[in-house]
Amino acid sequence: MNENFIQINGISKHFGNVKAVDDVSFSIKEGEFFSLLGPSGCGKTTLLRLLAGFEYPTNGNLLIDGSDITALPPDKRPTNMVFQNYAIFPHINVEQNIKFGLRKLGLTDDEIKKRVDDVLALVKLEGYEERFSGQLSGGQRQRVALARALVRQPKVLLLDEPLGALDKKLRDEMQLELRTLQKEIGITFVFVTHDQQEAISMSDRVAVMSEGKIQQLSAPNELYKNPENIFVSDFIGETNFLKASTRSKDGDHINVAIEDLGDFKVKNNLNIPENSSDVVCSVRPESMMISRDKSDWDICLEAKINQTSYLGEMTRFYVEVSGINKVITVSSQHFDNQSFENNTCFISISLEDISLLQKK
Amino acid sequence: MNEKNNSLLVYTLIYFGFLYIPVLFLPIFSFNDANYMSFPLAGFTTDHYEEMWSKRNLHKALWASVKVGVVASVVSTAIALLAAKAFVRYKFRGQNVSYGAIMMPFLIPEIILAVSILIIWINLGFPLGLVPVTIGHILFCTPFAMLILIARIEGFDFSLEEASRDLGENAWGTFYRVSLPLYLPGIIAALLLSFIISFDEFILAFFLSGSDATLPMYMWNQMRFVKKLPHVLALGAVIIVFTTFIVLLAFWLRNVGQGKEKQDIAIKL
Repeated sequence: MNENFIQINGISKHFGNVKAVDDVSFSIKEGEFFSLLGPSGCGKTTLLRLLAGFEYPTNGNLLIDGSDITALPPDKRPTNMVFQNYAIFPHINVEQNIKFGLRKLGLTDDEIKKRVDDVLALVKLEGYEERFSGQLSGGQRQRVALARALVRQPKVLLLDEPLGALDKKLRDEMQLELRTLQKEIGITFVFVTHDQQEAISMSDRVAVMSEGKIQQLSAPNELYKNPENIFVSDFIGETNFLKASTRSKDGDHINVAIEDLGDFKVKNNLNIPENSSDVVCSVRPESMMISRDKSDWDICLEAKINQTSYLGEMTRFYVEVSGINKVITVSSQHFDNQSFENNTCFISISLEDISLLQKK
Repeated sequence: MNEKNNSLLVYTLIYFGFLYIPVLFLPIFSFNDANYMSFPLAGFTTDHYEEMWSKRNLHKALWASVKVGVVASVVSTAIALLAAKAFVRYKFRGQNVSYGAIMMPFLIPEIILAVSILIIWINLGFPLGLVPVTIGHILFCTPFAMLILIARIEGFDFSLEEASRDLGENAWGTFYRVSLPLYLPGIIAALLLSFIISFDEFILAFFLSGSDATLPMYMWNQMRFVKKLPHVLALGAVIIVFTTFIVLLAFWLRNVGQGKEKQDIAIKL
């Protein structure tokens, strides 16, 4: 397994004064399901288009499987793309769409037929050969786009928000299916999305982008549990931020004063310096416990429920902690809004669940 | 909202009457058995139509118009296609200036265009004839063709071209296999309309054709003789029918495939 299958070395792309991608460097492993995640305008699509060859970088170079592709046009690259709107050719049918990219590969008629049949079976589109794109549903179009790209057997498949146009149920199905498909064929996938749930549920690794830079590159559970900065913590899942300042270090822990709550000792994974006031504590809504009675957890606070929203599998509470003028979000699978008298409750936090982050 | 607005209907009828009734006189008198355009009608005849078969100069003029029309429409559509693609697809310096420059023949009086070409052509020492007429028609048709093609290309999804490049086609292969088939209705509409504009054009031909008459020039020449008027009416009637058909076809083609049935058009064509 090649650890540096795709190498992105110091890539920048400027459009006039706008730095869409700003000096980015990282590697993607062979056979990996890799996601570029970020809000719109963060540079993720530009980075994908740089890999596809639709844009050329202002600085830096790109290598795939050891060869430099920086200056190659799209038709000479070992990549294929699934477009956001699928870009199915409307004037030819499904079969001709799939065969479109095989013309220049020098295959015999038998080989072409076998490849087309195989890929149709892979994406479950047998029987749709004669259809035109206008006669297909969104999900079927997506399969055609996938088949058309995979039939060329690229080294890397690039996917530009391919699930964005599908409804929720179909999107969930396709997420699972894409993931299974990728493991089955073993091609490296580079997947662009703004949907954090999609990225963390499908990917081996995720690069979170913002303002043209990589904010964090790690496995999905690491992103969630150990965000490296406020942006990632805020973007991945939901969280509560509490103002704080650091005191003295104690091994891999550090003493912090959390505003209005007091002094606590929390883990210091990011090695934040002592006596800094530019820090925040992040606590996930689902890592806290809400209860009727006082608990013996590290922190237990009396609070008042301002509002609740019932989500089926859980209920989200917006509570105001006594003495702090701040609304905190807590979610619970055990209680709903009927469970509390006079909207009074207790919120418990374990120190292990507090992430200490530095402000920019 | 049950009350119908009749004043608008009356206005519409008057408008269309004013526009089309004079044109209808032409076919009516072309079947009239008399040399003068006046009521009452003298009787039905197809003589004027039969007369057209025997006019050698008419055939020569028709052939001249067809030649000029075909060359002018093909060249102006080709220029217009490249320009329209550039204007829609790319943002570049001097875009507005070059757009204005191409549209200029559309706006300046035709007679000025004609006189300008005439002066240059004579000063260069070239003979008048169909060549300068064709050049004038190319200038004159290009803006029309470009407007049609811009309308067509503006609705075009350029990710289709990227998809083609991504699937291994170079720029020419992409143009031939993707862009051209999808632009085709617009291209044919532009060809037909520029052909008709050239075919009907009089002023440029009047100044530049010399002794090689085009069809409108032939009609102009014939109208000086009362006896020859009726077969010109017949010819005019034929041209009206032909032109109407072509223009309707062009408009249908311009719109076809722009909406839901996008996937079907290229097969039909």
